[in-house]
Amino acid sequence: MEYFSDFASLINSTLRISTPLVFAAMAGLFAERSGVIDFSLEGKMLTAAFVAATGSYFFGSEWMGLVLAIMACVSLSMLHGFASVTHKGDQVVSCVAINILMIGLTTALAAAWFGQAGLTPTLTNDQRFLEITLPFADALKSVPLVGFIYSDILSGHYIFVYMAYLLVPVVYWIVFKTSFGLRLRAVGENPSAVDTAGINVFAMRYKALAINGVLIAFAGAHLSTAVNANFFREMSAGRGYLALAALIFGKWHPKTAVLACLLFGFTDALQIRLQGVELPMIGTIPVQLIQGIPYVLTVILLAGFVGKAFAPSAIGQPYIKER
Amino acid sequence: MSSSVDKSKVPWWVSNLIVPLVNLTLALLVSGLFIFIAGENPIQAVKLIMYGSFGYIEGIGYTLYYTTNFIFTGLAFAVAFHCRLFNIGGEGQAYIGGLGVFFVAVNFTFLPVPIVWLLAIVGAALFGGAWAFIPAYLQAKRGSHVVITTIMFNFIAASLMVFLLVDVIRDTNQMGPHTIAVAKELWFPTFKDFAQLFGIKIRYSPLNLSFLVAIAALFFVWFLIWKTKWGYEMRAVGHNTQAAIYAGISPYKNIIIAMLISGALAGMLSLNEILGVHHKIIAGFPAGYGFTGIAVALMGRNHPIGILPAAFLFGILYQGGSEVTFDMPNITRYMFVAVQGVIILFSGALENLFRPQIESFFVKVLNKEKIV
Repeated sequence: MEYFSDFASLINSTLRISTPLVFAAMAGLFAERSGVIDFSLEGKMLTAAFVAATGSYFFGSEWMGLVLAIMACVSLSMLHGFASVTHKGDQVVSCVAINILMIGLTTALAAAWFGQAGLTPTLTNDQRFLEITLPFADALKSVPLVGFIYSDILSGHYIFVYMAYLLVPVVYWIVFKTSFGLRLRAVGENPSAVDTAGINVFAMRYKALAINGVLIAFAGAHLSTAVNANFFREMSAGRGYLALAALIFGKWHPKTAVLACLLFGFTDALQIRLQGVELPMIGTIPVQLIQGIPYVLTVILLAGFVGKAFAPSAIGQPYIKER
Repeated sequence: MSSSVDKSKVPWWVSNLIVPLVNLTLALLVSGLFIFIAGENPIQAVKLIMYGSFGYIEGIGYTLYYTTNFIFTGLAFAVAFHCRLFNIGGEGQAYIGGLGVFFVAVNFTFLPVPIVWLLAIVGAALFGGAWAFIPAYLQAKRGSHVVITTIMFNFIAASLMVFLLVDVIRDTNQMGPHTIAVAKELWFPTFKDFAQLFGIKIRYSPLNLSFLVAIAALFFVWFLIWKTKWGYEMRAVGHNTQAAIYAGISPYKNIIIAMLISGALAGMLSLNEILGVHHKIIAGFPAGYGFTGIAVALMGRNHPIGILPAAFLFGILYQGGSEVTFDMPNITRYMFVAVQGVIILFSGALENLFRPQIESFFVKVLNKEKIV
């Protein structure tokens, strides 16, 4: 039985750890499919974490925190659009600026408002999202297999976990089955053709960025108002970049991107379990080295896959309307 | 918009001096707003920054010590950027560069001191360059974007170095994660030592010989980028890869060369930190200088002549900033990280915000003068 519970807890932590990656990858998918590079997922996730925690604390409502986080992230996405779509500035530079700005500003404001440590106050249980027990989970617990899958694995997650995995088919449907999605992809592949067809390239890219801002806010709120009960310095810890790597590895497709996110989540969950454990043949791996595993995996995945062939063709290029 | 002004009629000082200064002013105004939001007086903060960085001789020493770091990391970013590569891994390359300096300083003590110093420079460059090699190779051969790989290599460098500092090269007589100190005769002479040669007594500041190495690096990069075939090829690949290939220039080779030189320059930051200041490897010594290099390079328009004043400005912000954090309880050093972000935004991504208006304004004014 112990193996079962070990297995369940590994799957549970994989699902939980992958959640912000899934939101971020879906957010990145909209921006990048429209032809706008988004390395600023990291900075936006951090912003959302800070704003959600601060908002929940001041308004006493986790939902208010989430709404404010969405507003903050959409504003940052609009800033990215203003710099790189309207003013045709360098998209990567704009992203790096947003990341560095928000790494600094979130911690600086947390320190100014809540004291030197740069932490937001710990949220009480009615100011944050809690684990949800699905109906009948307790009753079904004793049923073999069904109880294990339903009560031990499917039940008992934060709301964001369910939202993230339900989001994936929705994104798939929007991007591949609607006329909006068709236009979105066309803008990223061949903006001048879309322009000729009478669709406003700039407006499409701004719309994509707005969706991007909404989705990334959920990733940050998950970190600071669900899994943790406060914001702390640089708490996104590279997840924005991992999600982007997952998106690239998943060939800018929601189904494969979510699998890549789960792979990262699994590696991270395994990494946590392996700390201090003696392995046959190898012995105990030092904690510092184990913690580096997800980052090494990212590089290996990126290296094993030639990204250029699948990337939206117009990615990174500002659209210049001919006169 | 941009087509409304004939570029050839715009005088160089308008596009390379006035426009960057306007952008910088905007960035500083927004930064003032942040300080206001944090509950402090921005004008008072500026006064503290000026006093902290110029008010006393040791303050100037500190300012130039920070300037040294920013020259190295700014040049590192600029060299890669001329090849259109975003090396944001300066942080990790500097960290690993420290291993090179330490290795030389511990193993070559039998050689004359100046030779060891030269070897330490080579060590810093080799180790820093080596850490940039894998991202460079993957970008060149596999198309893996350097922004992601270099960021990942920063995280990997941090894990690796903490592992080494805790389990392998730690000074076992001490508790903290750092190595033993290098031999005292190998320490770079400081500003204080130089002043003493002329009979002037000043108190300690961390400014040291590395500053001169940094100035030499400025000349080296200027020569490399604008006066050599390598530099020409790198810029060609950066400007138009297709045209470069057509002209027989290999983008693969140049991507790797540009990243190696970039990593080497970032690695040299460790000369200042290890031979100049700490005299040992301590955990986390690059302390964000690598990232600041991005802002320095973009503000300096990726040219050594621009990078020097930009690095100096950031030296002022860092040294003056520590005065501010000391006097204003609501401001932490993270506020100055945010200021960097704003500067990157205005002098990088939004550099064309007012450029057309400013350029056409000056073209009009100058034309009028000619007619009169």
